[in-house]
Amino acid sequence: MESATATAVDTHHEHDPHATNTGISNNKLAMWLFLSTECLLFGALISTYLLYKTRGNGTVVPAEIFDIPFTSVSSFVLLMSSLTMVLALSAFARNELDRGKAWLLVTSMLGAVFIGGQVYEFTAFYREGLGYTTNPAASAFYTLTGFHGVHVSIGILMLMSLWVAAQQGKLTSKNSETVEIVGLYWHFVDIVWIFIFTVIYLIPLD
Amino acid sequence: MSEATADAVEAHDAHDHPSDWEYVKIAVILAVFTAIEVLTYFESVFTIFETRWVLLLTLFVLMIVKFILVGAYFMHLKSDDPLLTRSFVVGVVLATAVYLVTLSVFNFF
Repeated sequence: MESATATAVDTHHEHDPHATNTGISNNKLAMWLFLSTECLLFGALISTYLLYKTRGNGTVVPAEIFDIPFTSVSSFVLLMSSLTMVLALSAFARNELDRGKAWLLVTSMLGAVFIGGQVYEFTAFYREGLGYTTNPAASAFYTLTGFHGVHVSIGILMLMSLWVAAQQGKLTSKNSETVEIVGLYWHFVDIVWIFIFTVIYLIPLD
Repeated sequence: MSEATADAVEAHDAHDHPSDWEYVKIAVILAVFTAIEVLTYFESVFTIFETRWVLLLTLFVLMIVKFILVGAYFMHLKSDDPLLTRSFVVGVVLATAVYLVTLSVFNFF
């Protein structure tokens, strides 16, 4: 690095009130550490389902009544919401606020469609006689996918909060890192679903 | 602030994030991989996979590639500080190890 450039960067650091030893903002690092711990939470829930997935005790288990085409569409919707999320971040970083707000709304709506699909799936399963306490497989399935649904719902609330903040002029390119941090959470929820969709839905029972 | 200083600060601040078009391309790749995953579910395609382990291998490879693409590009791990990648990978590896051991203990495999 040339001397002039190095000096300029050093000067920038000295004047940055949020400068940290790592050079990474504390909020962003905290979100990554939080997501790292979330791996353990979802790992526990997925492992529990894998252990109990055939324990129907003479009643139907979730894997016997999965509607894969329907869940595939839900998965696709959530996957595409990750695209709209990065497009929102990209727009805010360029200070294209209207476009950023529009992408935030689209992301929220795609998340809401996914949650709607999950509610429909749970209702259909219940009508097939699969309640939360019907058997250990059902309990493990509803707990896992329910926890994921709660995460998506919290994500939607965070996205809507960002949209309100942007409407009030509190969100610009200067603090677009806030959008990035919420985006990290949203992408993580998507990553978890990528795992759940393959391991829980697509891998057939023995 | 001189022009040189301003340029240096801007260069320092600018994240080397993909363009919108690159994000769309990644999303298309993810959609195609998801379509391939879903195809394995249907009986006519399922017969292509003569043994169960070929099916499992295909699904796991596609899942891991999708996982990496979202992490690297959408979550910017490819261009962000390596410390963030390490922080996340520690969690993923720890969770994977702990629950593989747990599943083994309960004779899952």
